Amino acid sequence: MKARVEIMLKQGVLDPQGEAVRHALSALGFDGVGGVRQGKLIELELEDGLADPEALVREMCERLLANTVIESYRIEIPGQEGRA
Amino acid sequence: MKAAVLVFPGSNCDRDLAVALKGAGAEVEMVWHKDTALPRGIDLVAVPGGFSFGDYLRCGAIAANSPVIRSVVQHAQRGGYVLGVCNGFQVLTESGLLPGALMRNAGLRFVCREAALRTETSDSAFTRAYTAGAALRLPVAHHDGNYVADSETLTRLAAEDRVAFTYAEPVNGSMNDIAGILSENRRVLGMMPHPERAVDPVQGGVHGQALFRGLTAAFEAA
Repeated sequence: MKARVEIMLKQGVLDPQGEAVRHALSALGFDGVGGVRQGKLIELELEDGLADPEALVREMCERLLANTVIESYRIEIPGQEGRA
Repeated sequence: MKAAVLVFPGSNCDRDLAVALKGAGAEVEMVWHKDTALPRGIDLVAVPGGFSFGDYLRCGAIAANSPVIRSVVQHAQRGGYVLGVCNGFQVLTESGLLPGALMRNAGLRFVCREAALRTETSDSAFTRAYTAGAALRLPVAHHDGNYVADSETLTRLAAEDRVAFTYAEPVNGSMNDIAGILSENRRVLGMMPHPERAVDPVQGGVHGQALFRGLTAAFEAA
C-alpha cells in the first residue's frame, strides 16, 4: 500500500526558496506568476493490512516527517485523505 | 565541570567544542549518538555544529531522533545544562528543547564569515561573563539559521529575557535578529554563531572564550 505525504510551509511562513523560483520564472519571461511555494513529497511503501494506516502516517508526520512549527502536511492514501 | 560532547555522523565542530571546553577547564567526554545513556555525573551536554546525517529531511531532524537525545532530554528535564551550537541549535529546536525553528537563510546563501553580535542578557551560566548590551564578534557558518517562531513565542522570549544573542547586522533574516535563545529555566542555550571558533588568537578572535569560562566558573562557584 502506498501513502503520499505532501509537506508545505504553513501559510504565513515566508518561503525564501519559493520566492527565488518565482523571480527565476519571471526572469525567463513567465509573467503572471503571483506566487510560488515549494514543498516536499514523501512516498511511503506500507505493509498491506494495517488497521489504521492514516493514523500511523499521521504519527510519522508529527514525530519526524514534518516540523509542525513551520510546516503543514497532507496525507494521501488511496481511499482516504486528511490534512493537518 | 564535566561535559559530554555529542558526535553524530556528519558532525564537524565536535572536536573544536571539546578543545574550547577543555581550554576553559572542563573535563570532556565524547559521546556517540547511538549511546543510549550519558556518562555519569555530566553537568553539560554540548551538541556540536556540522551536518548531522547530511542535513537529510531537515537540518537536525534525524539527529533529534537518535538514541542519545532521549537521555539529553531527560538530562535537561532534571535541570542539566545543554549547549547547542549551529547544527546543535537546530537539533535542540527539532527535539523540542527550545522553541521555534531554523529555516533556510533569507538570502538563500550559505553564510560563512564573522558576524557582529550583541549580548542581550548576562542572566545565564552561559552569558554571565558577558555584559548585557555589549558588542561581540563571532564566526557564523550556516545555510539554515533563519530563526522563525510564532508571535506568541517571540513575545514570551523577549518578556522572559530569554534572547541570549542577537545579530547586530543582517545575516540570515532571523525574526527579531535572534542569534541565540535560552530555555525557560535558562539552562539550555541554542545559538547559530560559533563561540568555539573564537577561543584562541590564532583563530582570529577570542570573543567566544567568555562563554566557556563563564560556564566552568559557574560550576566552580556552585
